[in-house]
Amino acid sequence: MDFSFTVWIPLLPLILFVFLGLTSGSIRPKISGYIGTAGMTVTTLMSYFVAYQYFFNRPAGSETFEKIIAYNAVWLNLTEKLQINLGILLDPISVMMLVVITTVSLMVHIYSIGYMNGEKGYSRFFAFLSLFSFSMLGLVVATNIFQMYICWELVGVSSYLLISFYYERPTAVAAGKKAFIVTRFADLGFLIGILLLSYISGTFDFVTLTNPEGALITQGSSLTFMGLSVMTWALVLIFMGGAGKSAMFPLHIWLPDAMEGPTPVSALIHAATMVVAGVYLVARLFPLYVFAAPDALTIVGYVGGITSLFAAVIACTQNDIKRVLAFSTMSQIGYMMLALGVSGYADHHGLGFMASMFHLFTHAMFKALLFLGAGAIIHAVHSNFMTEMGGLRKYLPITHITFLIACLTIAGVPPFSGFFSKDEILTAAWEHDKFLFFIEYAVAGLTAFYMFRLYFNVFWGKERHYHHTPHESPLVMTVPLMFLAVASMFTGFIPFSSLVTSDGKPFETHIEWMIAIPSILIGVIGILVALWFYKKENGIPEKMAGSLKHLYKWSYNKFYMDEVYLFVTKKIIFNNISRPAAWFDRHVVDGTMNGIASATNRTSSGIKGFQSGQLQKYGFVFVSGVIILVFTFIYIWFN
Amino acid sequence: MTTGIPLHYFLIVSTLMFFIGIYGFLTRKNLITILMSVELILNSVNINFVAFNRYLFPGELQGQFFSLFIIAVAAAEAAVAIAIIISVYRRFTNIDVERVDSMKH
Repeated sequence: MDFSFTVWIPLLPLILFVFLGLTSGSIRPKISGYIGTAGMTVTTLMSYFVAYQYFFNRPAGSETFEKIIAYNAVWLNLTEKLQINLGILLDPISVMMLVVITTVSLMVHIYSIGYMNGEKGYSRFFAFLSLFSFSMLGLVVATNIFQMYICWELVGVSSYLLISFYYERPTAVAAGKKAFIVTRFADLGFLIGILLLSYISGTFDFVTLTNPEGALITQGSSLTFMGLSVMTWALVLIFMGGAGKSAMFPLHIWLPDAMEGPTPVSALIHAATMVVAGVYLVARLFPLYVFAAPDALTIVGYVGGITSLFAAVIACTQNDIKRVLAFSTMSQIGYMMLALGVSGYADHHGLGFMASMFHLFTHAMFKALLFLGAGAIIHAVHSNFMTEMGGLRKYLPITHITFLIACLTIAGVPPFSGFFSKDEILTAAWEHDKFLFFIEYAVAGLTAFYMFRLYFNVFWGKERHYHHTPHESPLVMTVPLMFLAVASMFTGFIPFSSLVTSDGKPFETHIEWMIAIPSILIGVIGILVALWFYKKENGIPEKMAGSLKHLYKWSYNKFYMDEVYLFVTKKIIFNNISRPAAWFDRHVVDGTMNGIASATNRTSSGIKGFQSGQLQKYGFVFVSGVIILVFTFIYIWFN
Repeated sequence: MTTGIPLHYFLIVSTLMFFIGIYGFLTRKNLITILMSVELILNSVNINFVAFNRYLFPGELQGQFFSLFIIAVAAAEAAVAIAIIISVYRRFTNIDVERVDSMKH
């Protein structure tokens, strides 16, 4: 099978971006929305075709899923050893990501036709969506780490552009800047990691880097720095980039603010696709992590575990529905990171890897659904705050049902997809690290609780006073909801362990009921507590908040992480580093330059009288000079 | 060897002429007088050429040829310079070097 046509999967959105960007303003906004969606549909169909060909139509007799370089072009030929290529790499995880990204992106495109209707900058919005799709698709099919880095930054830029889409709102502009700066700071680590890694290995190429039989795995472990091998440092720094993009603690502070962007953007970028880029990055370099730097992998696992607990606790007290979902996203990505952290390589040892990818897949579906549902709710009541919602189930029947499905999915209730993927993660954690396993149990309960807190607050409870009677969204918005709801229900039955594995060889899994049943019970308990607290207004939540006053306050204020960052940046970095540096720049560096300039200026204004333009004066000076010289020489020679 | 006027008499005359020419060139404001000063300088050189030719290499003629060349060149130069002076006069109605300065500022 020739896969070279896959080069059009990322290129088509790029062409769309250029086209929509150039024609915005000269064609009707609606038309550009339709063009963008049509282009995305073609990309999606191509991705599905690739996935079908790759997974179900492989050459007879081959047991494993090989890595296929479908397309490769030398982009920068710097020296014989240093080449930077652009290409398409197909392997189970990249093909799976193609399906995830194009599916969610298509749904978001369709949804946005309705959601963004009448907004200023409608065609700009679609152009940016296309740019994002291009960069994200380019990221997942990257054949080498440098291409990945380029697309990584492009993804960051499109995220910035879309977060500050409402650029007339100061909060949106600030949120965009925050997201960009925080992720950019993390990418500094990523870049240093890339340089270290390529220095050790002498290659950027993923196929060479991740070959478990390669000699590379053992290289770099002999060099050490501060007690850890250089390889470990490189991989930890690369993970820092991934942690920034995936909003892992403590680089998570940008994600809640990123909710300032339009809701479809939150669904696409800040829930389903871009934020899992960090998980994808670790998965992409997984053999390196396992064989060359198990310490780095442990760090990945613990960062994931801590983030998932931390975010789940915060999500329980937030009032803005999009922020609840943002923290829930962080928590779920923490799950994926944790699963990678507890994974080994090959067969059943690679369960965590497969579980992580599985959860990534199902999470993309149900989290996109949750965000799009939240968008429909916000569309109906014109507010983000739970306190201004209640009893909406009568007005928004389709949104209600689909949202309920998504909540059940994320809470891990069988037979919805979240149950299966979460169960695999828990099994993997149980086999490797009991501590992380119990954290995950706690998080599972919290997840069920905060999702149903959201659900009951919005759809049940007391009806509020609304500006106008809330009404169900148009069909163009509810169809994506229904599609994603169906996907959330049934993707759990995909036999992931025979498709996406750490070494490309399928293996058997079955549900560990010893682990699954307690996790279901914990989820159900979480749901019941939420039901008891929030179905009717009864004052229990306030009492609970009163008795856990400190925890509540800390959680409500997101553990004061933003304040910590503000303190560190404003008080410590600005005062102790930036201000002296600015002073030095302004007074010493600028002062030297200004001094040179003013000295020159003064000298020249002093002597400009000599330049009279009177040839006779010059002649006089010249002749006097000659005479003086002549007499001097005569004097010297004759004495 | 030649008798009569010794060489340094010629040289004194030519030096005087040279410096008078330089002085006039540097101090005069009138273009015509400046031109005359230049002619004085050239002629002092001519005297030097001829005198040295006569006293140092009496059998040869290079020095005198040079003088002839210089006279020819000086004539040509005077013609060109006077043409310029005339057109300057037409343009500015004077030939004072300090007042012909419209290109200066």
